[in-house]
Amino acid sequence: MPVWAWVIIGIVVVLVLWFVFIFNGLVRLRNQVKNAWAQIDVQLKRRHDLIPNLVETVKGYKDFERATLEAVTKARNVAQQAIGQGVGAQAKAEGELSGALSRLLAVVERYPDLKANQNFLALQEQLTSTENKISFSRQFYNDSVLNYNNKTQMFPSNIVAGMTGFKQGEFFKVEEAAEREVPKVSFEQPKP
Amino acid sequence: MWQQIRSNQIRSVILVAAMGILLLLIGYGLGYTFGSGIAGLVIALVVWGIMNLIAYFQGDSILLSISKAIKIGPDDNPRLYNVVEEMKIASGLPKMPDVYIIDDPALNAFATGRDPNKASVAITSGLLEKLNRDELEGVIGHEMSHIKNRDVLLMTICSVLLGTIVILAWYGSRALIFSGGGRRSSKGGQGQLIILAVAIILMILAPIMAQLIYFAISRKREYLADASSALYTRYPEGLASALEKLGASPGQLKSANQATAPMYIVNPFRTKGRAVSDLTATHPPLSERIRILRTMAGGASYADYDKAYQQVHQGGAGGIVPATALAGAGAVGLRASQPELVLKEPEPSRVERTREVGDLLWQKSGYKIIDCECGTRLKVPSNIGKATVKCPHCGRTHNI
Repeated sequence: MPVWAWVIIGIVVVLVLWFVFIFNGLVRLRNQVKNAWAQIDVQLKRRHDLIPNLVETVKGYKDFERATLEAVTKARNVAQQAIGQGVGAQAKAEGELSGALSRLLAVVERYPDLKANQNFLALQEQLTSTENKISFSRQFYNDSVLNYNNKTQMFPSNIVAGMTGFKQGEFFKVEEAAEREVPKVSFEQPKP
Repeated sequence: MWQQIRSNQIRSVILVAAMGILLLLIGYGLGYTFGSGIAGLVIALVVWGIMNLIAYFQGDSILLSISKAIKIGPDDNPRLYNVVEEMKIASGLPKMPDVYIIDDPALNAFATGRDPNKASVAITSGLLEKLNRDELEGVIGHEMSHIKNRDVLLMTICSVLLGTIVILAWYGSRALIFSGGGRRSSKGGQGQLIILAVAIILMILAPIMAQLIYFAISRKREYLADASSALYTRYPEGLASALEKLGASPGQLKSANQATAPMYIVNPFRTKGRAVSDLTATHPPLSERIRILRTMAGGASYADYDKAYQQVHQGGAGGIVPATALAGAGAVGLRASQPELVLKEPEPSRVERTREVGDLLWQKSGYKIIDCECGTRLKVPSNIGKATVKCPHCGRTHNI
């Protein structure tokens, strides 16, 4: 075979190898995003499971604000219905649940008996830790999405991504206002 | 930014290679003085191979049993277990590491395990009592990154190399002295004498050089682990304040030794007030690590840590974070002392934490804990041989 044929074969081989390499990298990143999302789901589900226990424990205390408790229960039900309705809807519902929960725990501050209750303390540790786990898994998820999106947009991997149909990932954004709000110790009603 | 900082960065590889060459040199030199350089080489490699196999398969269990670590479950100390799980999630580790407590008032922690799927984190009871949640998170984040960046594997490789060199040099120099240099020296000749001298010098210098290299690698990994901890927690102040507490306590860890020192979060042999910025330190000076963490004003990314490092080392050459980790990283914001969710931590006081950890250690060593109505806490050994026990305070009897 003439030299030019070898050169062409060489170029084709290099191109194919490069394509495979980039493609595999994209698949790995996409799987990481999927896996990170599954992690969030596990923690969200755990929070949903903890709330009935919390409500039961707090209910036992006479004249504990009914409105606060109901808001938490309601927010939990809404959040459970939002499962599977996409990242955006779920993030919104979970953000509201977080807000309702932090208001509840702020109200508890005014019940010294309840605060000293062993059951409640154990529950509170689990609940706070779950909140932390949710925000850490969200942090990891968003970082994974950023990484993946960068790869699908940047040259030259965007060529491979375009040819093989890699879509952008969606960030898990939480309603800033609902979440960042510092709960005041008052009889504040939860936002509808 | 989540691109793993590969432990095979060029500088680390060069340092490890240098240790490897030292090992080969000493093996060859030793063999040569006894007749066959190649035989010496083979012996050195065989010793090294065996030690590697032991370290790879048994290293973590040896380390954990030397330090008398006790494994704990999720219910034994929910706070610690939860923090480890939180950091596991933040770092994106595939599997939850085992959690251990070491019954020792000294303040320290370490991570071990050859890969992220088989890892353990251990913390002394003293440290667990002393840190609040943010600080604990910083420390565990630091240990997680040792696991995630495979520092444990790197340091194991290095310490095995170091150990082999030390052993060969030790036996080699003894053999040389007592045999008068083997059969070659009996033939005499100036050339043989020079080689003998070189071999002796090598045997004295090699262990020292290997140790210095080992320490250099260890120091570098510490900075990286601090940077990763800040990234995972988004809260460098937590680790900074934990390190401050660690620095204030001069306690030496009973169960540590020179070879295991780089595994710990701070050097277990430090003495208060001693400057550890010299070549023989396994860890960078604490004050400097704290200063870098507190200088990170803009954010929690590797780039921010790198900037802070350069600011603290004014005029120094280059940063500490490898370029591969810096590339493609977005801005990473810091968080306030509590995570964005404004949940109040159920933060136990120092006394409560001490009691909690103390009770756990009693329980783990086979004691049963019974709370009496009068407020006394009875700790009953498992081999008491009776079905009931009397409270020494109020005289009530309790079933065991």
